[in-house]
This record gives sequence, structure tokens and C-alpha cells, in this order.
Amino acid sequence: MLEVESLYFRYNGHDVLQNVSLRIQAGEVLALIGPNGAGKSTLIRTISGVLKARLGAVMVYGREISSLSPMQRARYMAVVPQARQLPGAFSVYQTVALGRTPYLGWLGKTGKSDDLAVQRALEQTQLSHLAERMVGSLSGGEQQRVLLARALAQETPILLMDEPTTHLDLEHQTVLLNLVRSLTVERGLAVLAALHDLNLASLYADRVALIAAGRIHAMGAPQQVLTSEQLSHVYHVPVQVVPHPQYGSPLVLPDGRRTR
Amino acid sequence: MKRSAGLHPYLISVALLLMALLASVALGPVFVSPGDVLRVLLAQIPGLPVKADWQEFAPTIVLSIRLPHAMLMALTGAALAGSGAAFQGLFRNPLADPYLIGVASGAGLGAVFALAVKWPSNLLGMYSVPAAAFLGAIATIALVYSLARVGRTLPTTTLILAGVAVSAFASSLTSFLMLRSNQELRRALSWLLGGSVMDGWDPFWAALPYVLVGLGFLSFSGHSLNLLQFGEEQAQQLGLNTERAKLLLILAASLATAAAVAFSGVIGFIGLVVPHTIRLVWGGAPHSAHDYRRLLPLSILGGSSALLAADLLARMLLAPQVLPVGIVTALAGAPFFLYLLRRAKDQAFW
Repeated sequence: MLEVESLYFRYNGHDVLQNVSLRIQAGEVLALIGPNGAGKSTLIRTISGVLKARLGAVMVYGREISSLSPMQRARYMAVVPQARQLPGAFSVYQTVALGRTPYLGWLGKTGKSDDLAVQRALEQTQLSHLAERMVGSLSGGEQQRVLLARALAQETPILLMDEPTTHLDLEHQTVLLNLVRSLTVERGLAVLAALHDLNLASLYADRVALIAAGRIHAMGAPQQVLTSEQLSHVYHVPVQVVPHPQYGSPLVLPDGRRTR
Repeated sequence: MKRSAGLHPYLISVALLLMALLASVALGPVFVSPGDVLRVLLAQIPGLPVKADWQEFAPTIVLSIRLPHAMLMALTGAALAGSGAAFQGLFRNPLADPYLIGVASGAGLGAVFALAVKWPSNLLGMYSVPAAAFLGAIATIALVYSLARVGRTLPTTTLILAGVAVSAFASSLTSFLMLRSNQELRRALSWLLGGSVMDGWDPFWAALPYVLVGLGFLSFSGHSLNLLQFGEEQAQQLGLNTERAKLLLILAASLATAAAVAFSGVIGFIGLVVPHTIRLVWGGAPHSAHDYRRLLPLSILGGSSALLAADLLARMLLAPQVLPVGIVTALAGAPFFLYLLRRAKDQAFW
């Protein structure tokens, strides 16, 4: 469904991405983890087509994205950015309706099927009651849900998320990722999510890709990737990994005393 | 979502525009009653039985003097406010207007250059003035854009600085050209202050195609401008060909500005004040006028009414002396803009 083949991206003479390859199937969540500046956002932006790769290819359904127009790309992939700098003066409905752009003619007129898709996205993200509110009057968690709703209204098989939970509290993190998880299963989405929180990645992802200095350091099931050896190596601090008391998935604990 | 709702801003705008047009034609050194104005206009439609019981001079004043002038003012106001709204959206900057970013000064330079080479005595010469103004506008915006660009972004501060600098440069060249051709100095100076120098219908017809094409395109660009409010990256990820959209928006807005400047001179503040007024008055949810699909047509209508009102003041204030309308828009626009800013302090103004 989404295939990334030995991708290289260079910025200011510096290889930000080196030989990155990955595949995501329908109904699968792949979490992208790694230190700040490891290249997570760059990878998502390159896959989405807004950055041009130096070498390598991004394929959706076997088609190279550089051969597609922005509109065609937007029918395959939707991106959930971070909620910073969201224009505040549009209503929630107006903002979510922009997700219908790839299906509209050049006049940008929406039809009945577009309205339905927007309504459905609003319901799924529990935003229907806020539809006519201004985005600027919403909380950070609600604004992040608006961006998710906009991506869902795009009705794409592939969803790319760039640290969607960074500015959210525990409740909103959980609600958002539960929603993504259930939509992945129901709609057979392929999801690539850059996540800062290793424990959320462990709980919600089918597979995890650990990226460091622009390379994929390890990729696989959370148990295989989230080990104290690999994490200590990549993050340069000692960590402890224990099993989740209920699910058995790995939980990552910073080793506070020894770093002090 | 109810589609029929939120129509009333358009009705109010159209009503205001019709009232402004009527007042503009009726008022002047000689008063023509609104009834006479309407009867004279209706008599122009063939086959309509209208009794010619108006004052003798009414048809001449209405059809040959005031209506063409009013129509030119309406067209100019629409062009300035429409392109002002588009520039604000395109550059995501509440201060962007055709003057601040230098387009208008560039257009002025282009027009004065064309006039300095040869004042248009025939119709062909006159149609070439907006073309020269357009070239000046495009050259200026290309220069400002390349100067202001930092990497892939267009920061507000560098845009304003580059715009002001290039604008000052173009204005100096304009002044220089005007000083060199001293026989046209007075005419050109009054033109520069926003006084239309040509009478009759010719300037209106000369400007009309440029403004129609420019504003016609802008009226349908609301969706692209809405997308651009989220930044170019998100706009592209939502399916917009951002490079093409930006180029077409700049061309269309510059075309409209250039035609307005070429025939009506330099008229400031309309492009800044009108879109902001509309945002403030009709900016509330759910049919927010911050939506560019609404803001653009409302700005175009509002710009016409605003410039007609300013022009009426310019003609009436010191009658029989006629002030250049640019002086009135600046005198009224600047304080009004400050008032808007103060009022807007605790609202989602931009």
C-alpha cells in the first residue's frame, strides 16, 4: 500500500534521511520514534510529497508520488500536522471541509457527498457539537481533533501523522489514539505516525520504526524494537524497559537516578 | 449546513452600492433628483415607455459626466479592495495591500513611464496605459517577492521592508519622470493624488477588461486562499498546486490593481480598510467572512461603495473645488483603520 524505497533527502549539504525503506499494509499502524532531529518530520514531509527526495522512491499503490499532482497525492494520503499555527478565524466545519479539496472542481464548490464526508468525520472525532465554533476558541486537544477530522474527510487510504499527541494531555492523547486505532481497523487505513512518547508507540502501534540520524536503526514489533539496549544507544541515556502489567507490551522508564 | 443562510451581507452590500451610485450621480454642483436619474437611466433601455419629463440638462449630466465618473470610481474601488483582500490572504499578512507591498507604486511608475513617452491622444494609446501599469506592477511584485523571500518562506517583516523600499524607489523614479516632462506636470500630479484626469466613458471602458479578468479570477479563488491560510505545506498536502495558485493570484490581483492605478491614480487605504471592515462586521461564525469565498465578493462590492462615498466627499467638501479622492481616502481611511484596530483588540480580528 505505502512503500518507501531507499529514500535519501539532503538539506544544506547534510543527509537528513539516508537509505530509509519501509512498508505499511492496510489496517496497520507504524509508529516512527527517535530523538529530536532524527528525521521523523522530514520523512513524513518527504512521503507526503512536499519535500523532494534526492534518491529513492515513495510508492502508493505501486505509483511513484513524484509522478502525481498534488491533487492526486491528496486522494491517496492525508497528513495530520501539529496543531500549532492553525488559523483561528475559520469555523470547525469550514476547516474540516477543506479536507474535501482533492475532490472539488476548480471553483471549490462542495456537493452532497462532500457534506456527508465532513459530517461523518466530525462525528468520528466527536466534534459535531462544535461544528459552528471558531477554531481559535477551541482547546489544543480539540484543535488537534479538528486536524484529524480534516484528514478523515479527505477519505484517503493512507494517513500520515506528525506528532499528533505532543501538546495533548493524557486524556486527549488516549482518546485521539484510540480513535486512530479503531479507524485503522474499521476502514483498513495504513497509518504512519511520528510519536515522541515511546509508551504510546508501544501501546498503539503494530510495528515501530526507531530512527536515528536519518537512518532506520531498528524496525519491528514493539517488543523487538523497544529494548533497553537499543533505546539507550539511540537516546544516549540509560533506560529501563518493563512489561505493561495488563498487556505485556514494553513500557519504557527513564533511569532518573543514574542520569542525575 | 444551511446554504441559504448568510445571504444578507450580499443584499446589504448590493443595496449600499446602488445607493452610493445613485447619490454619486445625483449630487454635484447641479442637483439632479434621484427620480430624474432613474428615469434617464431607464429611458436608455430600448422599448421601455418612460416619459421624458426630467429637467432639460439631466441626460447630459447623468449620462456623459456623472455616471461614467461614478462607474470608474466603482470599478476602481472594487479592484483595490478585491486585490487588497487577495494580497492579505496570499501573503497571510493583515497589512498587505496593493500599496504597502509596492504593486501600486510599480503600476504608477509603469503608467507614468507610458505617459512620459507619449501622452495618449488616441484610444489605442490609452488602452496601452493599463498594460504599462500592469508590467510595472508585475516587475515590482517580482522584485519585492525575490527580495523578501527567505528560503521557502515569505516572512512578514522582510515583505513589508522590501515592499516599502521598492515602493519608495518606484515613487522616486515616478517623480523624476514627472519633473522631466514639465508640461504635463500639473496633470500628472493631480493624477498621482488620485484625481482621474480623463473624462467621459473612455477610461471606464479602457479599464474594464483588465479589472473584469483580474477580479473575475479572484472571485473564484476563495477556496485556494482559504487553503493558503494553513501555510503552503498544508495547502499542498490538501491537494493545492501552491506554486501555480500563488502565481495566478499575484497576476490577477496585480492586473486589477494596475488598471485601477492607471486610470484613477494613487488611491490608498481602500485595499486595506475595506476587507478588514468586512471581517469585523461579518466575521462571526458560522458564515464567517474570514472565509475568502465570502470575503472576496463582499470586499469587491464594499470597495465600490467605499470609493464612491470617498469620491462624493472629495467633490462636495470644498465645492466647487474638487479634491483628489486619494486625499480623502487617506484622511478618512487612516483614522478609521486605527479605530478598527482598537475595537478589534479582543476579537479574533485576523
